Amino acid sequence: MSQSSEDSLDGRAETRPAASGGPFLQVRGLRVHFPTDDGVVKSVDDLSFSVERGKTLGIVGESGSGKSVTSLSIMGLHKPGTADITGEILLDGQNLVGMNREKVRLLRGKRMAMIFQDPLSAMHPFYTVGTQIIEAYRIHNKVTKAVARKHAIDLLDRVGIPSPKSRVDDYPHQFSGGMRQRAMIAMALSCDPELLIADEPTTALDVTVQAQILDLIRDLQQEFNSAVVIITHDLGVVAELADDIMVMYAGRAVEYSTAADIFNSPQHPYTWGLLGSMPRLDRERTERLQPIKGTPPSLINVPTGCPFNPRCAYAGLNSDLSFTVRPEFRDVGGGHHIACHLSAEERTRIWDTEIKPKL
Amino acid sequence: MSTQTENPTADRRLGEDLLVVEGLQKYFPIRKGLLQKTVANVQAVDGLTFTVKRGETLSLVGESGCGKTTTGRLLTRLVEPTDGTITLEGRDISHLSNSAMRPLRRDIQMIFQDPYGSLNPRHTVGTIVGAPFRLQKVKTPNGIKKEVQDLLELVGLNPEHYNRYPHEFSGGQRQRIGIARTLALKPKLIVADEPVSALDVSIQAQVVNLLEDLQSEFDLTYVMIAHDLSVVRHVSDRVAVMYLGKIMEIADRTSLYERPMHPYTVALLSAVPIPDTNRRENRERIRLQGDVPSPINPPKGCRFHTRCWKAQDVCKTTEPPLAQLAPGHAVACHFPENKDSLTIDPTGAAV
Ligand SMILES: Nc1ncnc2c1ncn2[C@@H]1O[C@H](COP(=O)(O)OP(=O)(O)O)[C@@H](O)[C@H]1O
Ligand SMILES: Nc1ncnc2c1ncn2[C@@H]1O[C@H](COP(=O)(O)OP(=O)(O)O)[C@@H](O)[C@H]1O
Ligand code: SF4
Ligand code: SF4
Ligand SMILES: [Mg+2]
Ligand SMILES: [Mg+2]
Repeated sequence: MSQSSEDSLDGRAETRPAASGGPFLQVRGLRVHFPTDDGVVKSVDDLSFSVERGKTLGIVGESGSGKSVTSLSIMGLHKPGTADITGEILLDGQNLVGMNREKVRLLRGKRMAMIFQDPLSAMHPFYTVGTQIIEAYRIHNKVTKAVARKHAIDLLDRVGIPSPKSRVDDYPHQFSGGMRQRAMIAMALSCDPELLIADEPTTALDVTVQAQILDLIRDLQQEFNSAVVIITHDLGVVAELADDIMVMYAGRAVEYSTAADIFNSPQHPYTWGLLGSMPRLDRERTERLQPIKGTPPSLINVPTGCPFNPRCAYAGLNSDLSFTVRPEFRDVGGGHHIACHLSAEERTRIWDTEIKPKL
Repeated sequence: MSTQTENPTADRRLGEDLLVVEGLQKYFPIRKGLLQKTVANVQAVDGLTFTVKRGETLSLVGESGCGKTTTGRLLTRLVEPTDGTITLEGRDISHLSNSAMRPLRRDIQMIFQDPYGSLNPRHTVGTIVGAPFRLQKVKTPNGIKKEVQDLLELVGLNPEHYNRYPHEFSGGQRQRIGIARTLALKPKLIVADEPVSALDVSIQAQVVNLLEDLQSEFDLTYVMIAHDLSVVRHVSDRVAVMYLGKIMEIADRTSLYERPMHPYTVALLSAVPIPDTNRRENRERIRLQGDVPSPINPPKGCRFHTRCWKAQDVCKTTEPPLAQLAPGHAVACHFPENKDSLTIDPTGAAV
């Protein structure tokens, strides 16, 4: 799906990314709302996507766009009673929404695992790194402590912890930030999860450590053929890893396609804005960045019509549609999905004449 | 900013040295026992020499723990150097007392990474941005409030939000508040420590543009501390690459990015993720292993030798001096990269 063809007439027919061959993870019409004193926070609002085994989906978007809420919903990690979750989250065909919490807990580790931005949120300060990996492993594998310990040391070695035989008995605070991140990755990978969700796994790290961690995720995926979801606000990171990319804004998907399409022929004004905001090492230095004006909306009072309309330079091009009607997330050719009222001609003209030349 | 009240450009001599730093050093002692004897030192900054010209942007880059923030705090004299000199406009400020520094605080200002932590949550924006006027007892012909509102407008905030508190603003807006406060006294030098690192990419671009606009409008001089090498290339005139308290390479932007000579610089650049799916397969990658060693006991010889793929025996024993290998391009390495491209390159492979 490299060429962007005409808007499909039956845009309504297929509203979600292609799902051939039974994707391992399928999210359909997911809504996650938090009732609060100030009103209902619509953190995720009708989100659909899927990931096959062996594939990597990149989810990008600014902070507050609902990326972490989505991943915590999949993992069943929202505090009981805080979130209203509707829609479907199918893990290998099994719906996790509404599933008994204990049953979901048993899926974590082996069938799905998560890498967090902050390793301390996933690691217990009072137990050694080794103990935590061993415990995680023994939930799903009936092995002796000694075997599990050997496995933990192997894993720490894999993720690049120096002298793993002695460091396995260290506590998390004895590790540097980069090492803690790697130890947490070792923990997440201890049972060869079939689905790995990495939520901003490298955001707080130096580029050198980031590169090591991305290599690691790439290698392990190839080895175990896992489905991987990598969540980040760094377009460079998804370009390195992802097969497909979903761009989120205000709790919704605004664009979805192959990684190559998103970078070579993006079609949504928000994606254009993200690309224009980024200084790039691989291009001639531009005199000036092209930021998106304003800030993301409150998810309690999401603008009517298209939620991006207060920041969009093209909102005026559709008579009143951008301000009154929520644009449907639809296939505009070859599986490339966007949620925008602009016509195909307008999008092509704007991209070719206004956006691309300035990137 | 009320530049109307005086003519700031009259004595600005763009391009001459505003700041001269020589052999700058900061050791943090580690004390132990009842007598608090110094048992070791964190050699956070260990002999920096560089100059910053009026009106330019010099960036400091390097992995965390390399001493960038400590350097910023030395330049703004928030900490006192262990050794070396800092000269601002010809005046040695390295060891000035607090009271002697006070009038100079107007000239050197710092912007911090964390817009949340650096603004007092109990003060209104008006109080925060107006504080420098009160502290420095600056005359404001139209009143402090008017000055503050002008500043808010200048940095792209609504002047009517004078009475709001920091928590009512987004991260990007809070960084603008920090910038407004910094600009209040028309500083000569602004040290910005990771000013956009905590911001989302679209907001980061807004703040980068704002900093550039303010620089050209007021001939500001920036020392920018950052770890995002793409942002650094965009904003800098010159770049210094630091490792374990020392400068490994310093050059103008174009030379550094097109002909990096220090292996550490080459490794940093090759680790930057490139937002281009076509380049995924055929990029040459150099992967540094492990973390930066401890600055309490840094490696002998070249400090980078424990992670350098080019290291030879001499690197372990003899520290390479920071030597000028091309005009305006100094490198501390026994076996620099891209050296051939400076003369004639028979293979034609170099840039
Ligand atoms: N437990 C909660 N209660 C209320 N609001 C929440 C809760 N968790 C997240 N949110 C809100 O949901 C929105 C999306 O958050 P998040 O998914 O963390 O964003 P992202 O990961 O994209 O930065 C934010 O506005 C956030 O404040
Ligand atoms: N006040 C201090 N006391 C002791 N050590 C310090 C102090 N401030 C910084 N350091 C140490 O100095 C080194 C350099 O730190 P810093 O200047 O913050 O580096 P960077 O900003 O490049 O990450 C680090 O090892 C840090 O732990
Ligand atoms: S629907 Fe309208 S406001 Fe939304 S992105 Fe498209 S043009 Fe912009
Ligand atoms: S001096 Fe030696 S160890 Fe240091 S950077 Fe150069 S080649 Fe590497
Ligand atoms: Mg998040
Ligand atoms: Mg720092």
